Amino acid sequence: MALLQISEPGQSTNPHEHRLAAGIDLGTTNSLIASVKSGLAETLADEQGNHTLPSVVRYTEKEIIVGEIAKLAASEDPLNTISSVKRYMGRGLNDINELGGRRPYEFVDTDSAVPRIHTVAGDVSPVEVSAEILKSLKQRAEASLGGSLTGVVITVPAYFDDAQRQATKDAGKLAGLNVLRLLNEPTAAAVAYGLDKSAEGIIAVYDLGGGTFDISILRLNKGVFEVMATAGDTALGGDDFDYAVAKWIMDEAGIHDDTSHHQMRRLMRDACAAKETLTTAEVAKINIELDDGSTWSGSLTLDTFNKLISPLIQKTLLPCRRALRDAGVEVSEVQSVVMVGGSTRVPDVRAKVGAFFDQEPLTDINPDTVVAMGAAIQADILAGNKPDDDLLLLDVIPLSLGLETMGGLVEKVISRNTTIPVARAQDFTTFKDGQTAMSIHALQGERELVSDCRSLGRFALHEIPPMVAGAARIRVTFQVDADGLLSVTAREETTGVESGIEVKPSYGLTDTEIETMLRDSIEHAEDDVAARMLREQQVEAERVLEALEAALADDGDLLSQEERKEIDLVADKLRDLSKGNELRAIKDAMAELDKTATEFVARRMDGNIKKALAGHNVNEF
Amino acid sequence: MAQAQTHFELFELPVSFDIDLQDLSQRYRDLQSAVHPDKFANASDQERRLSVEKAAAINDAYQTLKSPQHRARYMLELQSVSFDDEKDMALDPAFLMEQIELREALAELSEKDEPLESLNKIMKDIKQRTDKILSEIREQLISGQLDETQKSNVKQLVHKMQFLNKLQQEAEYQEENLLDMI
Repeated sequence: MALLQISEPGQSTNPHEHRLAAGIDLGTTNSLIASVKSGLAETLADEQGNHTLPSVVRYTEKEIIVGEIAKLAASEDPLNTISSVKRYMGRGLNDINELGGRRPYEFVDTDSAVPRIHTVAGDVSPVEVSAEILKSLKQRAEASLGGSLTGVVITVPAYFDDAQRQATKDAGKLAGLNVLRLLNEPTAAAVAYGLDKSAEGIIAVYDLGGGTFDISILRLNKGVFEVMATAGDTALGGDDFDYAVAKWIMDEAGIHDDTSHHQMRRLMRDACAAKETLTTAEVAKINIELDDGSTWSGSLTLDTFNKLISPLIQKTLLPCRRALRDAGVEVSEVQSVVMVGGSTRVPDVRAKVGAFFDQEPLTDINPDTVVAMGAAIQADILAGNKPDDDLLLLDVIPLSLGLETMGGLVEKVISRNTTIPVARAQDFTTFKDGQTAMSIHALQGERELVSDCRSLGRFALHEIPPMVAGAARIRVTFQVDADGLLSVTAREETTGVESGIEVKPSYGLTDTEIETMLRDSIEHAEDDVAARMLREQQVEAERVLEALEAALADDGDLLSQEERKEIDLVADKLRDLSKGNELRAIKDAMAELDKTATEFVARRMDGNIKKALAGHNVNEF
Repeated sequence: MAQAQTHFELFELPVSFDIDLQDLSQRYRDLQSAVHPDKFANASDQERRLSVEKAAAINDAYQTLKSPQHRARYMLELQSVSFDDEKDMALDPAFLMEQIELREALAELSEKDEPLESLNKIMKDIKQRTDKILSEIREQLISGQLDETQKSNVKQLVHKMQFLNKLQQEAEYQEENLLDMI
């Protein structure tokens, strides 16, 4: 009798088998991971049964600790215990200083565009800190699901700019995750809520988390979730409520601004506790242990608390107004307001949002888990577990994208709230005879001056064919993909020569930096770097072959016998090579297969488009 | 090959200024369901790239066809009307005078007792003018192939519309400022 073949858990190559996928809510204060099990999305618990993982990472000389245990050490070891790192993602040192409040870490200025935090275990970037949180969630999911993850969807605030998104994706990569998609948090919440309640029509998602605020207006129609507009503030959240309360305690107790890091952390912890008490009580008692050993006691009434946070809530209503206008929607057209994020538990937030939208906001869904659940639903579909699902998410770019022109002005190329993916081309010409290079400065924001917008990076074009000044026509295409990430390509139109492009991100890690971090982290885990890279390439090859097989099964008739033979030949070659251990050869064979299948892929896509409209009346031209 | 396809062809619609927006958005959703990158998450790099390109092209076509102003301009471009020279285009003095007045009214808002109310009035005014120009554009474009005089007329109208849009944006910006101060 033949031996039974058993594949590694989670790495089955059978296309009909369930692939393990998860949705990750990488939050400012807490993170969650969820997965779809027997058709239902649920958050996954650790061995102790905890679902939320505090987004806190503690570095010691020996090890890296993530979560609850790290959080407990925050006031005892403040400089090596990093919390709210999401606030620093995709930010430069100058931004961090502008965030306001006292930052309880030692930031180190480096040659890199990305600042580092000094710890006993060395200097770490916010991306690496986030990667530790993701690694911990990955381990939890793999233990809970009993296999390795095929891919994940990580959520980001809708109002995150390009640099913040890129940083999040880099963190996923560093954690050894296959990031299928970055999904906007309010959109994720809308998916979980919409599918659960079979909602249709226009909804508003008000998402106030620990450190970020988003408002999205969506239209739900038969499984299509269309974001009409989004607005927000990536530096506003429950942390700011805590800070306002901490400030109040300091004033009342006579604690000065230059108090110790320990004292500051204790204050923030007690302020947060008082805020939580006030979600159900009228008054919160506060006892503060001072540095000199004495104690201060006081009480914070709900009334005083509401006054303290009132300007912060007000700050969220302006984006609400703007999002409605950009969506072209009146308050009366909004059918429901979905409240997301722990900070929407604050009674006055609910009251003010209710007053603004002129209706009772929905609070019957769990504001802490809904984002992770929505992400899990999308991850399940993207992983290929539900090939016939008609769920479609159409999201938008939150901030306008522009270029620097003469005189420090910004010319808008793509306006905010344009549906993604989007591509726009802009033509440029040379200024001097024989010029072969030029630099393009890309920015994000709504203002006219370069200095008021956020610099994304500089794209240096080279290999422009030398011509007389003004003769070259360089078409630069800016593309924003479904993750909201920008890429740039350039081509000289009269000669058809593609220009080389070098990207210098203003606030991001360079490819080399990521490579180095990746190597370090693998070495740290005492893994074999080469073996891991080979394994990843093999999985990639398997994925491509599997996708090709499925495509050939569906649309093989688009090819002549000759063409089919050619594709099969190259595919077989890749299949053989992927069983071996020559990384380079596998890569080359994949590139060859890509090239051979170009025409097939294009025909298939056109065929899809034709089929999509087949149900409509064909209008005669 | 694909580049030669017009937005109307992509949506399998006849070239016409009158579009059923409900039908258009249904076609849009069906097209996106067929090409969106989320449907190709497991495909080869090449297929994923192509899907992003197609999805972007469909988004672009949809935005153009959805907006009457962009649709009008696009229909003129299909008839080889170029908008490169519009900066030199002479607009009638009466229209320009109105524009200046509206602009001044916007600039003087902060001096008014009820700036928000005055602003609402101005925005309503802009909307009415825009609607009027739109119906004029529609009348011209309905006849299909335009002669040179008609082309020049519609071009003028599209140009006016752009002026009004700028004004509208300016008004919205002012509104944001006013609300910010409250």
